[in-house]
Amino acid sequence: MSEFATLADITGEPDGWADTYGDETKPRLGFFTDTSICIGCKACEVACKEWNVIPEDGLVWTGESYDNTSTLGANSWRHVAFVEQRKPLHDGNHDGDTLRWLMSSDVCKHCTHAACLDVCPTGALFRTEFGTVVVQEDICNGCGYCVPACPFGVLDKRHLPRPGSDPAGVRPQEDGRVWKCTLCYDRLKGGHEPACAKACPTKSIQFGEVDELRARADERLAKLQQQGWNGAQLYGRDPDDGVGGFGAFFLLLDEPEVYGLPPDPLVTTKNLPEMWRTAAVAAGALVAGVLAAFAGGSR
Amino acid sequence: MSESITALGTDMRSYYGRPILKEPVWQPEIPWYLFTGGLAGASSLLGLAARATGNRPLAKAGLYISMAGDAVSPVLLVSDLGRPERFLNMFRVFKVTSPMSVGSWILSASGASKVLAETVSAAFGAPLSVYTATLLSDTAIPVWHEARRELPFVFGAGAAASAGAAAAAIVAPEDAGPARRLAVGGAAVGTVAMLAMEARLGMVGEPYHQGEAGIYNLAAKLCTVAGAALLATSAKRSRLAAIAGGGLLLAGEAALRWSVFKAGFQSARDPKYVVEPQRRRKGWGLTPA
Repeated sequence: MSEFATLADITGEPDGWADTYGDETKPRLGFFTDTSICIGCKACEVACKEWNVIPEDGLVWTGESYDNTSTLGANSWRHVAFVEQRKPLHDGNHDGDTLRWLMSSDVCKHCTHAACLDVCPTGALFRTEFGTVVVQEDICNGCGYCVPACPFGVLDKRHLPRPGSDPAGVRPQEDGRVWKCTLCYDRLKGGHEPACAKACPTKSIQFGEVDELRARADERLAKLQQQGWNGAQLYGRDPDDGVGGFGAFFLLLDEPEVYGLPPDPLVTTKNLPEMWRTAAVAAGALVAGVLAAFAGGSR
Repeated sequence: MSESITALGTDMRSYYGRPILKEPVWQPEIPWYLFTGGLAGASSLLGLAARATGNRPLAKAGLYISMAGDAVSPVLLVSDLGRPERFLNMFRVFKVTSPMSVGSWILSASGASKVLAETVSAAFGAPLSVYTATLLSDTAIPVWHEARRELPFVFGAGAAASAGAAAAAIVAPEDAGPARRLAVGGAAVGTVAMLAMEARLGMVGEPYHQGEAGIYNLAAKLCTVAGAALLATSAKRSRLAAIAGGGLLLAGEAALRWSVFKAGFQSARDPKYVVEPQRRRKGWGLTPA
């Protein structure tokens, strides 16, 4: 390995963002979403849409349990997944109660090593003083690179008409920028908790300092395991995972892919040093190839 | 309601078979740019080498082709932006973690320096020809990310093949020897690299044999082999064969970029390409224990 020896070198120290803010640095903030107490009310989805003035993008009946939002995207920054299973909620529960209905409110993970931020060519995506990852809407030029870079499929381009354009025009111009959860950056600045956590009636969405949330999640997991909950596991809590841990992590009751989440996400830039080296070798080979074509004479 | 919700045709569980990743939002401008950028970069090199060895007709062809590529490429890229009027934001920062940022500087340096000096511009030719492979690999799309070892060679060799083919079709056969050799050599190396990539990708590489990516891949291979064969056998004597062979090879290289582009969309669409390799990496089975 060359000068880009480690992941931290290329994507920044996990806590390196703090240094860049000096005195303005705040403790890292995030979410712990405990899906074991989610009741699927979607108050988080609604509160997020309301607070962040996210436009309506159509109503579709999917037939997929109570989920008609389907996925996170430019116009859905919280998404409640509904999974119906013929499986007991607790291990060893064989008294006929073999149905369970899993609900989980998904959100941007605010990764420690964020691929979207790494690949953004304009600097529109940045790390805030709270350690969260935010797109600056006045900088984003809609290049779309962050969209396939995110290992969770969180970011997407907004194809709705751009503000101020005439939707009845001959060819309404689309917004064209990329949007995602900001962890309510504006509310954090004002000392408030994000809209989704504020609206959550069961405290399934818990907001706070990431270190403290991790400790709380460990306690909760231990309790659920002691009670024999089927499949209880933390997702994104481990700072040593492929993205350096999530700022917004989860307690799930089944494997991640059951909720539409990748089982072992990896920040793509972890392999970027190798990719640049390969590109350099290929570029050298191309030069050699051109020279070789003239080895047999210039005509 | 079933025991567990599985993706079609596998035992793997998923969320209603829905994609985990987002498909890229890039439009047809991008695969065309993958083609024109490579053509411009390798033509720059071909032109400079021809000038250095005293082959003036070939040097002129290389220069003009690369100028055309350098002129068309930024137009394609700006047109693809969601906010084209903000294209200058590409030059707010230089980020080595973003191949698109690095590439924006390479492309503008290649184009701008062409006005000043062909030599300087040619220095950016090789990076321009291969960086787009790094750009695609530096995503979460399995068929692109897992191809990170081969894709720069596929694109670099493809750029050589298209530069050689374009020059061989334009320049008189007696002056086009190096162009033909570059075209045939590039086609051979590129095809081998592509086959090696498909073999190493295994199930992640399935999109190259299915759907639109599969059709483009087949078309690319047929056109590339036919074009290279014509250039290798008859183009030395027949101008017509040079034009036909060069045209076929260019079509093959364009189809190859389209195949790689489309494969990324197909790879993002099916969650199994995300879940299966990741669970295998962790040593986990695909179905519940």
